[in-house]
Amino acid sequence: MADVSNAKSMSMIVTKGSLDWAYPPFILATTAAAMGLNVTMFFTFYGLTLLKKKLDLKISTLGNPAMEMPMFGMHIGMPNIVSALPGVDAAATAMMKNLIKKKGVASIEELRGMALEADVKMIACQMTMDLFEYTKDDMIEGPVLGGAATYIETATKSDINLFI
Amino acid sequence: MAEQVLDVKGLNCPLPILRAKKALKDVPTGSTLRVLATDPGAVKDFEAFCRTTGNELIESKSENNVFSFLIKRTA
Repeated sequence: MADVSNAKSMSMIVTKGSLDWAYPPFILATTAAAMGLNVTMFFTFYGLTLLKKKLDLKISTLGNPAMEMPMFGMHIGMPNIVSALPGVDAAATAMMKNLIKKKGVASIEELRGMALEADVKMIACQMTMDLFEYTKDDMIEGPVLGGAATYIETATKSDINLFI
Repeated sequence: MAEQVLDVKGLNCPLPILRAKKALKDVPTGSTLRVLATDPGAVKDFEAFCRTTGNELIESKSENNVFSFLIKRTA
């Protein structure tokens, strides 16, 4: 495989924790690692929920004007008002999870496991863990705690730096 | 020696690449791995994967909606 010292590197700040926003960081991290890059993911704010032992990721129809679900042979947009109806967000989440399974897309659990196997470095933002009162016990094994300076140092040495 | 085949038909990005990378670890250097996929994105993905990792994409073809990639492990 490619010489380790010449390997490119990528860092990402992961700030969101909904099901739809969980995919880009994990897909990019696992694929980059498969292509020989050294990858570091820094999880902060709502991104921290992606490190929880038991994942229960959801999507919302609120504030997602570009969301169109494939239903009845068409793409149906979701007006904000429907999210106020009880059960709609849960139904949208269930629909999304079904689509994911049906289309042979990996689950976030699977992608996260593959990222850890591929030695993707995961850092959990100490400050927001504290802010939301999460403890290391809530999180999976693997991620280390760090702060902004930890991330910045990694970023100065990375070829690719992404904010997701 | 039987050619090693990886069947990722029905799986979507990034699984074809991730599974191929895992399978390649068990392929002796100089040997080949055939990957069967249905994800149309896999065509360009495998080209990029081979370019970046230095493995050789010997063949990339499509038959009856199944894409077939022949990859040689070079290092």
